[in-house]
Amino acid sequence: MKKTNTILKSMAVASVAGMALVGCGGEEKAGIAPEVYTDSLFAVMKADRTNYTKLIVKRLGPSGAASIKPAEHWKDLENGAPLPAQMFRAGAEEVGRLTDKFTYSLQSTWPINKQNAPRTEMEKAGLKYIEENPGQNFYGTEELGGQKYFTAVYPDVAVAEPCVTCHNDHKDSPRTDFKIGEVMGGVVIRVPM
Amino acid sequence: MMKKTIWLVWGLLSLALASYYGYQLLMPGDKSEFLIGDASHGHFQIELDCESCHTSPFGGQEVLQDACVNCHGAELEAVNDSHPKNKFTDPRNADRVEILDARYCVTCHVEHQEERTHEMGVTVPEDFCFRCHQDIGSDRPSHEGLTFDTCASAGCHNYHDNLALYEAFLVKHAEGAETDLMATMLERTFATEYQEKHKPESLTIADLNPADLKQASADVLQHWQDSGHAEAGVTCSGCHQGEQNSESWIAQPGLAQCSECHTSEVQDFVASRHGMRLNPDMAMKMSPMSPGMGRLEFKPDALSSVQGCAACHQPHQYQTQPAMAEACVGCHDDEHTNNFAQSPHGQLWQKVKEGALPEERGVACSTCHMPREHVQINGKDVVRVQHNPNHNLRPNEKMIRSSCMNCHSLAFSIDALADPDLIRSNFSGKPAKHIESIDMALSRVKEKN
Repeated sequence: MKKTNTILKSMAVASVAGMALVGCGGEEKAGIAPEVYTDSLFAVMKADRTNYTKLIVKRLGPSGAASIKPAEHWKDLENGAPLPAQMFRAGAEEVGRLTDKFTYSLQSTWPINKQNAPRTEMEKAGLKYIEENPGQNFYGTEELGGQKYFTAVYPDVAVAEPCVTCHNDHKDSPRTDFKIGEVMGGVVIRVPM
Repeated sequence: MMKKTIWLVWGLLSLALASYYGYQLLMPGDKSEFLIGDASHGHFQIELDCESCHTSPFGGQEVLQDACVNCHGAELEAVNDSHPKNKFTDPRNADRVEILDARYCVTCHVEHQEERTHEMGVTVPEDFCFRCHQDIGSDRPSHEGLTFDTCASAGCHNYHDNLALYEAFLVKHAEGAETDLMATMLERTFATEYQEKHKPESLTIADLNPADLKQASADVLQHWQDSGHAEAGVTCSGCHQGEQNSESWIAQPGLAQCSECHTSEVQDFVASRHGMRLNPDMAMKMSPMSPGMGRLEFKPDALSSVQGCAACHQPHQYQTQPAMAEACVGCHDDEHTNNFAQSPHGQLWQKVKEGALPEERGVACSTCHMPREHVQINGKDVVRVQHNPNHNLRPNEKMIRSSCMNCHSLAFSIDALADPDLIRSNFSGKPAKHIESIDMALSRVKEKN
């Protein structure tokens, strides 16, 4: 799979080079490489999520201001606030309403909600790759519903204690031995080509 | 020659037909000839107002989708829709969309096909959950062997609204007495708010001006004096006068006049099957709904009554108690309604009427079908009566939180609402079957611990 990954990366770089050359002619705009695009999107997602986790959620709940309570069923609480993973999904849903230029989702081989397990072949391969190769991303292309997509998978790492305790303690979690710094799942970003 | 004549006749006939239908289509008026089939039980009242759903002749599915969302979107959002559109716009579900295109309401709710429409306006076979959840048994061994037509019909799941059925809610409310006989309804806050805001002086007949007095009989004046309107300082012209300070007199004030003070009540009403024909957002001006047009069973002498505020609230008296049960029973003629008086709920209401119980302790039709609920109006928490009796019946499990659980345990409520015979008898007796959803949820918690 790593080999495929390298080939795909080379292809992506080659296509960027090709586009850049065309760009020299001044007739067509140079595009950015799909992986640069998805890497940038992921950077924003990761930064926002980490900040929400560390700057907000960690300071609320039992250890902080009790007036707002981060909880799984937060919508059913008058003072509820979404958990970091739910905040992330809420962003993905909102993006889905705003644009069809890309989509993203949070998935895991050990999902609390089984609907968030990898479904497509590319998702399965991508999740496996980032779990086995810490610190690396996965890139590929796939066809879904007659549309071709550039699909990137990024590791989703436990950044704070609540990530680990919540998943280890949840009755629906298939895994109960997560540790801080470990890959808990992956962020899948898709761009239609 | 003969051939030419035939062609000429054919041409003229085609032209005449095209002109006839073109005229019908483009000009305002009755478009019933274009109906391709009876509309569903939720829409038949407005089926001739084609443009309320077909808002544009161009655009196809998206236009229809916007129309669905325009009326039902806020409700779906409020109940935390379990299957929102954006779940299916993600390409990872493209294979599922190919099987059942859940991005569009009309995939499951096809209109104008009444003959194959079942509960909740659904037109796909009742085992549709199978299409995506066929492997549920591997995730939930307790579900192994259950047939897919029982997912929703047994009171366990709903496609959109699971607010009273999701697992954590079941666990949280697993305990509790079957019935709390000391339970009370919420107290309405409208009168207090009005008093605080307007500080009105209570009026009597002696306070009315001559112009008002000459319009009313002694009976009407007495009824008014005993009403909440007199108490709130609202005179005859407060409702009957047309434009402010004008001399015009409206003999029968309608929704427009009532909504000046009772805004949220009228908004609810025009979203209901009782009032949807009078919804100001409808493209076509329609007559009010009457039982004679309905598809349910109605009392023969009520068939020609018309739906508006005054259909349930007697003009001038405006005492709310008759509107809470007697008004409903006066029109509806089905088993559930006709068994109300003899039911435990009806017996409690009888005690209220006899003065033996305070109103808040009784159970009228409106207690369950038009519940009093906390709502936010201008940032303030107030208690209003939900004036859309269909609101918590889509599906009936929606009543669990808004009505049943005020007096009953969650387990009893789920069992009771899943028992059609018990519903017919207006809950005289006990549920025949026990629904195992709470037990299943509890056993999962136990397994984990």
